[in-house]
Amino acid sequence: MPPGNGFAVRTERVSRHYQMGSTMIRAVDDITLEVRAGEFLALLGSSGSGKSTLLNLMAGLDRPTSGAIFAQGRNLSELNSLELARYRSRTVGMVFQSFNLLPRMTLEENVELPLRLAEVDRAERATRVQEALLHVGLEKRLTHRPSELSGGEQQRAALARALVNRPPLLFADEPTGNLDSATGESIMVVLREIQRSLGMTIVLVTHERPLAEKFADRIASVADGKLVSDGVHP
Amino acid sequence: MKSGDLAELALRNLREALLRNSLTTLGVAVGVASLVAMLSLGVGLQELASKRLANSGLFDTVLVTSRRNLRDFNRSSADKSASLQKAQPLDDDARKAMALLPNVVEVYPQIRFPTEVRYNGNPFSTVVAGVPASARGNGAYDGMQGNFFSSPTAEEAILQIEFAKDLSDRPSTLIGKELIVRYVERQPLAPQSAPADPPTGKKADGSAAASANDTTNEGFSIVPREKKLRIVGIIETEPAAGFGGFGNGRLFIPLEVATALRAAQVTDLRDAVRTPSGKPTYANLTVRAKSPSQVEAIESSIKNMGFSTFSLLDATRNLRLFFTIFDLLLAIFGSLALAVATLGIINTLVMAILERRREIGILKALGAADLDVKQLFFVEAGVMGLLGGIFGVCMGWLIGRAVTWGTNLYLQRQNLPPAHVFSVPWWLVLGGIAFAVVVSLAAGLYPATRAARLNPVEALRYE
Repeated sequence: MPPGNGFAVRTERVSRHYQMGSTMIRAVDDITLEVRAGEFLALLGSSGSGKSTLLNLMAGLDRPTSGAIFAQGRNLSELNSLELARYRSRTVGMVFQSFNLLPRMTLEENVELPLRLAEVDRAERATRVQEALLHVGLEKRLTHRPSELSGGEQQRAALARALVNRPPLLFADEPTGNLDSATGESIMVVLREIQRSLGMTIVLVTHERPLAEKFADRIASVADGKLVSDGVHP
Repeated sequence: MKSGDLAELALRNLREALLRNSLTTLGVAVGVASLVAMLSLGVGLQELASKRLANSGLFDTVLVTSRRNLRDFNRSSADKSASLQKAQPLDDDARKAMALLPNVVEVYPQIRFPTEVRYNGNPFSTVVAGVPASARGNGAYDGMQGNFFSSPTAEEAILQIEFAKDLSDRPSTLIGKELIVRYVERQPLAPQSAPADPPTGKKADGSAAASANDTTNEGFSIVPREKKLRIVGIIETEPAAGFGGFGNGRLFIPLEVATALRAAQVTDLRDAVRTPSGKPTYANLTVRAKSPSQVEAIESSIKNMGFSTFSLLDATRNLRLFFTIFDLLLAIFGSLALAVATLGIINTLVMAILERRREIGILKALGAADLDVKQLFFVEAGVMGLLGGIFGVCMGWLIGRAVTWGTNLYLQRQNLPPAHVFSVPWWLVLGGIAFAVVVSLAAGLYPATRAARLNPVEALRYE
């Protein structure tokens, strides 16, 4: 059943299984989950619990073995690869644990990359890049390469890249995993501000319960590929 | 992704692995250079051969004879009778009719006669041949010592080098000297019943009448004559103008002068015994076409007029066939280097996929479609092909220049005239570059497809 108004993403009995030799790995197993529009959801779980796999499915990076994922009124599992690429380009922003900035590009070029892929006019790009970097406080580091930035700055740059196409959905996969606690918290502050100021829906994958409790509106716990709890955090 | 962005990203990627991509591009360039050099050699040799053969007049001329000639002796009797029924006299009217045919440049009789040349008081036997004024422009006399005839009626002679060597140990000193040609002149016998009647057409058209066999039913007599000629040039090669044109000629004089001499020719005896038509006839005529490609049509028209023809059209076809096969073989050998370069491109791009696996994952996560990734690798392959093609054509051209220079140096030492054995026409330049791009794109097909099919999740996990 497609999501009604108020839901940004909804998974319906979604599963993702892998065959590893003779063993079937159930990375995500029959999870039904709704993410409301404008919500900050934290997917909490230990390493190997399946939370990142679930995030990849919702982000359109992977396809479910069974079940359905609805986003923007469409079932992602029914989209072809081009439609899925457009969904990733126009609807989704992604932030990764290891930043995933292209080392040979400057900050400006890294942030501009999603705009190139979305075929945004060249004239508009500079403004959009500047705007995105302003959100994360890196507007003066345009010409720097990733290797010239600290870990926190790199993650903020990655955040700017995720925001530059103004997507309604932001998926963050352990964005603080490679950072010290203070820097990690500063990133979470930025995420929270962005969510509030831009009205974005954020799905955060983390194994750090304190961070999730401090910043997320709601926490869903995943273990062994199954959703074990789903509740609004007070 | 827009094409501008695609090209920008591809060029950036190529710059990142500059050394490896440069070496791959150089490999393509060497392949293209090899191909261009080989084909340039083939084209150059073909042009050289075609030019020499065209200058020889072998391929753009049609030899016309009357169907009553002995040339038809090996035909069956049925053929002969059919042929004779349509046979027309090869006279001045026929010559004029042939001159009016489309794409005919000129029609002239072949005049050759044996002679004795006197030089420095010594006799030398040789054959004189009449040369039409148009021969000046056909290239056969390019590079000769001295000059071509100053006018169509100049009493001048050009010697073939071997004959010139017979006359003097230092042939070049002959230019400007005079020699005497001794020959027998044909004189028509006056008809006994009407002695005042001159031979038909003899005075109406000087060249035509004089070149014709002035045979009437009264026959002719021969009278020994002498003619003093000034040597104006010495030619190294044999400037044949059509088969049998100046064949065996060692002393060349203007055709108009040759016809005016009315020297007895070997065919005169045959014509003397033939049933007379009342008009002077030619033993044969040479019809020159604008180009070899028009020979077939002209030959057909002349046959329809009732004459026998002969041309080397089939030989031209065989020549073209030979050079087509020759060029094909050269292209195959030249392409071997390009085939190796193709493997280089595949290797480079496959390596690039391994190195940029994570980057491909990032691009896909940011919204790149499979087609975007595929196009990116395609453009990279295409750019390597384009640069390799341009560089390769330049290298091929330089190789050609070097070979031409070396060849001419060798020819010069052998006392031979220079020759352009290499030719790089525009179609080869553009074709070489286009071929390099196409081959590179084909080489990039597998890596590009492989890159496009990468699973983004797996690619992002790659370290």
